[in-house]
Amino acid sequence: MVGNLVQGAVFTVMVVRAGMLRDPAFEHELAEQIRLSPRFFLNAPVVLDLKEAAGFAHEAEFAEAREILRRHTLTLIGVQNATPAQLDAAAGSGLASFAPNAPQPSRSPPREPTRSAAAMPAAAAKTRLVTQPVRSGTQIFARGADLVVTAAVSPGAEIIADGNIHVYGALRGRALAGAGGDVEARIFCSRLEAELVSIAGHYLVSEQLPPEQHGFSVQIALVDERLTVTRN
Amino acid sequence: MAGKVIVLTSGKGGVGKTTSAAAFAAGLSLRGHRTVVIDFDVGLRNLDLIMGCERRVVFDFINVINGDAKLNQALIKDKRNDNLFIFPTSQTRDKDALKRDGVERVLGELKDSFDYIVCDSPAGIEHGALTAMYFADTAIIVTNPEVSSVRDSDRIIGLLASKSRRAEFNLEPVAVHLLLARYSPERVRKGEMLSIEDVKEILSIPLLGVIPESESVLRASNTGTPIVFDEESPAGRAYHDAVARFLGEQREMRFLQPERRGFFRALFGRA
Repeated sequence: MVGNLVQGAVFTVMVVRAGMLRDPAFEHELAEQIRLSPRFFLNAPVVLDLKEAAGFAHEAEFAEAREILRRHTLTLIGVQNATPAQLDAAAGSGLASFAPNAPQPSRSPPREPTRSAAAMPAAAAKTRLVTQPVRSGTQIFARGADLVVTAAVSPGAEIIADGNIHVYGALRGRALAGAGGDVEARIFCSRLEAELVSIAGHYLVSEQLPPEQHGFSVQIALVDERLTVTRN
Repeated sequence: MAGKVIVLTSGKGGVGKTTSAAAFAAGLSLRGHRTVVIDFDVGLRNLDLIMGCERRVVFDFINVINGDAKLNQALIKDKRNDNLFIFPTSQTRDKDALKRDGVERVLGELKDSFDYIVCDSPAGIEHGALTAMYFADTAIIVTNPEVSSVRDSDRIIGLLASKSRRAEFNLEPVAVHLLLARYSPERVRKGEMLSIEDVKEILSIPLLGVIPESESVLRASNTGTPIVFDEESPAGRAYHDAVARFLGEQREMRFLQPERRGFFRALFGRA
């Protein structure tokens, strides 16, 4: 039965060399990278590579590493290339041990970072589909996914997606695409009558929307940090 | 007998819920269905006035919920129609007295002896309105042709789809109908009111009827006579039509003028 409960999965995980953590230039560069694609890095799992790294034999040092990464929205989940002493301290800090070349504690089945799976960005997020009208007062959030609504979105309703938003009906409420910061996200609707549209935090309220596009089938994109509305 | 629970609700106040509940219940009873109309507006008791039975109220809905009175002690039989009963509410208590299990028990008893249980919901989206809609099989959304009423109705339709008993237990959804009240063709033509098409377009639920704005409604309320008993009144006839459609008959919409460019377009269609 256990075989059914424990399943294997393969994840892409960032590896950070332990030595770099203490380099101020690295933190600066990391911050720059994250600024460019905040969604990708949000709560992303990180493995600390201890190859040829001095220290890290105490739990406090892992706590510090975890704190540095946390500042950049990253989550430390494990170590690799650890010495036995480092591995002990890492295990004491609740960190997993990753291959290659790590002395693995004998166990079967092999290491399984499934506990942290929830924190990982899904490889291919499923689109959230809504087929009923989105009524006033309702809020729909497609976390880490696109949102498709095949009915009208009423005034006073709010639809939010980390990805793109498609409304195959009148968009009369608020639509916020790229909620996690994705500047590439777009909003498509077959009738623009929105109260507010927003992409990656840039927004326009209905007064600011071009009146000549009102009631038309449009798409809204972020171009040079400005929301642009174009007729479909 | 397993009666059907119909709730008349709107979100917004003053749109004509109580008038419509009284008219609808009376209309059903005139067509031979045993009908009771319940006032859920605890603390703001009005239904008994509209039904003209305010001097006969002894026990009320809350007394029955609390077990202080029996159902047949509280039900008031209408003087005009043997099939119609009024179940008044308390004027001294508040909405918190509407305990869900008590309401469920009372509705269960009523279902045994009535075809239709018409619930007149209070305004708002708080406990009173939520309790009134919770057990509904069918909802009639009373809306006026103006933007705030339509938006509140939209909100209520959303709540019916998520907060009703049928929604919570994954049963067949509450059937939702639209009753457009206080419709003035004249004002629609002037662009001061939303047109029927505008309202239908936003709410996208089937239209049960359109009740024209009429002096006779106020007169009927003041005399405690449900408007359906006034055969001369267009509003009364419009309610009769709505009841007939509710029971599955096909009837043409009456008392409407040809449509022009409506208020909604005028407001939002700036192009």
